[in-house]
Order: sequence, then C-alpha cells, then structure tokens
Amino acid sequence: MTAHERTDVLVIGSGFGGAIPAYHLAAGGASVVVLERGPWLSADEFDHDFKFGSSSTRAFEFTMGEGMNVLGGNCVGGGSVVYFAAMPRAPRFVFERQGSLGRRMWPKSITREALDPWYDRVAQALPITQSTWDDVTYSGGVFAAACDHAGRTANPVAAAIDTDLCTNCNWMMSGCKFDAKRSLLLNYLPAAVDHGAQIRPLHEVQRIERSSEGAYLVHYTVVDPVDYRVQVDVGVIEAKIVVVAAGAAATPVILQRSEETLGAMPPAVGRYFSGNGERLNTAILNEDRVRDVLGLDRGDGLAYAANQIGRGPSAASWDRLDGSLPEFSRYSLEQLYFPPGFGTILAQAPDADGPSWFGPDKKEILRRWQSWLTIFIMSEDDNEGVFGPPPETGNADRISMQMLSRGNLRYEPTANTRHGWALADADIRDIMERDGLSRVLPWTNEVIGAYTVHPLASCRMGDDPETSALDDTNELRDHPGIFVTDGSAVPGALTVNPAFTIAAIAERAVPNIVRAAQARGVDVRYRGSLPPPARISRKAPVPLTGRDGQPVTVPSV
Amino acid sequence: MTLEAYADTIIPGEKRDPTDRAVAGAVSGGGAVASGAVELMLSPEGGLAGTLDSLAEGLNEHARDYGARLGLDLDPAVPPFVALAFTDRITLAQELLAPGHPEQELWVALAMFTTMAWDTGAHMSTTDALASGHPGLTTMGFMPPEPDGSWRFPRFSYGRALAATHPRTTPRGDPQ
Repeated sequence: MTAHERTDVLVIGSGFGGAIPAYHLAAGGASVVVLERGPWLSADEFDHDFKFGSSSTRAFEFTMGEGMNVLGGNCVGGGSVVYFAAMPRAPRFVFERQGSLGRRMWPKSITREALDPWYDRVAQALPITQSTWDDVTYSGGVFAAACDHAGRTANPVAAAIDTDLCTNCNWMMSGCKFDAKRSLLLNYLPAAVDHGAQIRPLHEVQRIERSSEGAYLVHYTVVDPVDYRVQVDVGVIEAKIVVVAAGAAATPVILQRSEETLGAMPPAVGRYFSGNGERLNTAILNEDRVRDVLGLDRGDGLAYAANQIGRGPSAASWDRLDGSLPEFSRYSLEQLYFPPGFGTILAQAPDADGPSWFGPDKKEILRRWQSWLTIFIMSEDDNEGVFGPPPETGNADRISMQMLSRGNLRYEPTANTRHGWALADADIRDIMERDGLSRVLPWTNEVIGAYTVHPLASCRMGDDPETSALDDTNELRDHPGIFVTDGSAVPGALTVNPAFTIAAIAERAVPNIVRAAQARGVDVRYRGSLPPPARISRKAPVPLTGRDGQPVTVPSV
Repeated sequence: MTLEAYADTIIPGEKRDPTDRAVAGAVSGGGAVASGAVELMLSPEGGLAGTLDSLAEGLNEHARDYGARLGLDLDPAVPPFVALAFTDRITLAQELLAPGHPEQELWVALAMFTTMAWDTGAHMSTTDALASGHPGLTTMGFMPPEPDGSWRFPRFSYGRALAATHPRTTPRGDPQ
C-alpha cells in the first residue's frame, strides 16, 4: 500500500484510551481511523485453548523488560478483551498522591469528585454492575472468609460482566467466548463503526511526522495475522488530530521514535512508568483447615479446591485503602485467578529444600494447584520505570510469532516500593496462614523481575512540565493536536484495578480533543451521547494481504 | 537429550523406561519431558527453535565446567549435562538461573517454555491434551471441559456473605 490517506482524527490503539475518543469523535461528525496492531477477534474466535496460535496467544502480549514485565492486550479492544473486568473507582487519596516528587502528581483539576461524573458515564456505557456475595466465586469467598477470620473486612468487587451470561470458565484472558465480559467490542467500538469510524487491525504504528500544513503523518506497518514478526505492508495516513492510546508500554515508544520528525519530546515521555505496585502471592490452602476453621463447604464434599472455577477477581480487601496512612503503605489485596501458562512459573514452594520455583518441591505444590489461591497486591510504587531507546519497530523485539517480546523498559524498585510490598506480603501472610489455613509466599522477583498487568504513567498528565508529558487536557506538551488518553496518561499507581479510571480519564479528555479538532478546522461537535450496548460481538470480513501475498480475511465488527 | 535433561530439572518426572538417561527419575509421575517440553521448544510458533542447538551446547559447556570444578568423572557416553546426577543438575541450574548470571535470561526463557509445556501443553489443543492424559494438566487436576469443548461451572459460589464490607464503601460499592 502506498496511498497517502487523509482523515480528521487518527487514533492509535483500540483499548479504553482509543475506543472512547474514537466513538465520541465519530459520533460528533469527524472522520476517524483507528489503527490497532493486534487482530480483530470476536466471541466465536475466543478459544478455550492454551495451544500456541489460539486466541490466548493472538490477543495477549507479554513484553519482557529489565526488571519489569508487562502483560496486556494485543487486539482490537485492547486490554478490555483480555482483562478481568474488575472495575472499582480509585480511592480519593490516590488523586492527592505526591510520590517522590514532594508535590501533588495529578493535575490540580482532577480529583475523585471531579472524575466521578466521568466514571458514571463509563459505568453506564459498559455497563458496570455492583456485585453481591452471590457473585463472589469460591476463591473470592475463601479469601473473604479468611479476611473475616483475621478481623478484616472484604468486599465483592464491581465488575463489567453480565453474570447471566458468564459460565465461570476462567478463560477471560483469552477473550470471552460467551460475550459475558463487557469488553469494548460490545459498546464503544461497534458504536464508533456505526458512526463511520474505520478500525484497521494488524496495523502497527511506528512513528508520527509533522506535515508541511501542520497536520500529522502517521506511519504504520501491517503485520502478518499469524506471525507478528513478519511485516507485509507499510503506509501513511495524514490526520489533523492524533490520539495516541497504544498502551503504557507502547505509547512512549512511538513518541520516542517520532522525536526525529516531530521534534523533542517532553522529558517525561518514557519516564515515571508505574507497574501499579503489583505483586502476586500464592497461598496453598489446607482443605481440612478451610472446612474446620472457616466453615466452608461447596456442598459436594469439597471445602475449596476451586482454583480453576470463576472469573478473575471477585473479592478484595480494602482495609489499607486509608488516606490517613502514609504514602507507600496503602494497598488493596484482591483475590485473583492467574491461569496456567505464565501463571505458575513464579510461584514458590514454601519450605523448599532446594530451589523454590522449580525442581521437585515446585512439582509437589503443583500437584495441589486446585487448592491454590492467588492474592494480588496493588500498591503505591514509585514510578521507577524508564524506557530505553526504542527498538527498530514496534515497542519491543518479537521473540515468538505471537505473545512474547523483549522491550526496553527498565525498572528497579525503590525502597519505597519494596516497603509497600513487604507490608502487603506480611499482611497476606497474617490473613492466610492464620490457624494453619495455608502456606503462602510471594512470586519470586528474582527470575524476571516484577510483573504488571496494569502498566501506567509512562507519558503522564500533570501541572509540572518537567515531570508530566501531558497537560491536564491530555494534550502532549509542545505538540498541539496530539493527545494521549491511555494508561500512560495516569500519573501513578492507583492501588486498585485501573481500567475504570483510564476509561473515565479518556471520557474526560474527549471535549478537549473535540475543541482542538474544531480549532484545526474539523467539523465536529461533542454530543455527550453514550454508545448503545451490543449483545454480541459481530464479525465481517476485512481484506488484508498475508505474508504469502495472498488476501487473508480478518474479522471485524 | 540435553534439553530434555534441562526440562526434567525444572519440572522433574519419572523415567520413561529403565534406560532413560535424560529423565533422571527424581520424582514420581510424568514431568515436563512427558508433558511435551521439547515439542514446545521446537514449535515454530515459540520462536526458540533456531537457538536450541546453541543452548544445548551452552548447557553442556557449563556442565563440563561444573564437573571440572567438582572433580566429577562424567560419563562420556552421554552429553555432559545428561551425565550429571540430578542434584548436580539442580545445583548448576540454580547457578544459571540466579540473578546476576550473565546468561540468566536465556535459561529463564528455556525454563519458561518448560513450565508452559507442563501447565498448558501448548504444543497441542487443551482438550486433546486432557483427553490423552497430559501429565502436567492431569497432575494439576485441571478439570475437563463439557462435551462441546468449552468450560462451564454452574456452581461457583458459596452464595453467602463471608465478611463485613469495608465501612467506607460507597453506596455504589466503590472505595471512598
């Protein structure tokens, strides 16, 4: 493809940060093109299968860095397709955080109160439902009961899941084949398409250039639908407005690579990355003690043994989400399902006689896998992550055909971050080892460093140009007409699952983007409508060229 | 054979037959080798296949050094890593996988594929893996799908309140 196409608005990425502006701008009358580097899959293509090449590897991306590994979506719908749909609002104190800056890291115009109306809109659009104890799975239940036994509280977690459709299969990370999970394939994206937006899967943006007329030229490559390492085409699209929402592990890389043609980036681009302070602990439950101490019984002779059953997190402990506590000591603990694949390697065998994460003792705890309970820590890290020079293409060097790549993110946890982790680890031990309920250890960080499923803050908003790449309208400093609306705009760790907050900030950014588009001559209005809910993710053919030069069919809504 | 021995060090198993040298037979039940570790390493999708010869060579070189350091008399009939006793394979793997080892990333990648073979059988479809008694998934107690190949768990909850909710929970169910 050699065409030099034109559009009013070019959106890079189709997760929460991209889909929401794409919908509103298309609904308001702008021409919108969305470039998404991953495939476009719908319910009947979401597999219950771990096999390489099934949706679990097509839709999911594991980017290894130095000291930090990022797990995220790589498909139309982005993180919303592979996420677990837990949707709590960030607590009030989060917006007052200072981190190591010594002053508030969020823009002064954003508080929980200011964001609540935007949260409300997202809650209505997806929709997000308040969970009850009847929605809490066995694993969430056993965690809640353990919290109660330890004198703590526990809450059912609000989720963007239609529980009438959910089968508790726990294959959410491969995409939901029952369309029970309220991903963006069921609301903002089909509504954007209905308003004329074009969504182009397997289009990986490489860089942005300024045109002589003051617009932007977005350069992309098209990747092969099976082997993402193979590039089958290239192209350029001219746009008056660019919305960068490639995810916090890719947005800063695209901007860094664009420096040569766009000019210098604000110093905060590619710095201050946060892993949302995340960490996992594995409790290996004693089934007899679960029955005797917690009084739990599944009614079929089993007390628990239900690690496989459910749908990600369903219960959380918010006892440490207390704004009166010092920073770096606040966190939530959430029951989580981490599926096989990357979900067992870092779990450690308590009291191992030899290596704890591999070898004979590890095999012994794997025999008890159904009695594992994973506890997820979301704490206040110190925005330690820094991206090195961008790789030649994409945001990372691909290792496998799909799913696995090596990026240039460096992350060395500071004493502040490690302090929070140590407090949370000790808290989990106190809850989960009480009266012999289980033995628990954190996942080892010694093998590949830390993990995050919620990358944030690599291109963050703020009031200080030195420490924030964006102003409080999400516009990239010194580059008018470029907006960043994904998790990279969130200034720091949230202590809870961030999808809801990312979405609310994207909603909040839209009127600003519309104003900027109008100023650049685009005939667009902010209508303030919300997308109608879709019952099923649809598919329709979109022609693309495969690596053998033959046309291939890529599904789309 | 060398890669099998490494996979068996990460998730050990029982010998496939009495003459098995690669699998040390340190524990009962099938381990990573029987779960398809080498098949997964060789799979074109995985992207490791092109590096496996040099990884095996590297492992054997480390095993030779290790043997020399400890004054071991390694059986020349098999590759040096295979010739190591299981406890020595473990010790050497700990060295290679330790933080700070210059090649840690390579050996972690190999361990990652080994573990994935065990806990997913990703070289084959999961329903087929379960139907054929895949050692890893079977040992982990991974429950099988319904006849249509999908998983459903109609019973999933204790169905009762199990803790007091946090006192500062908002009416919508969020933290304050």
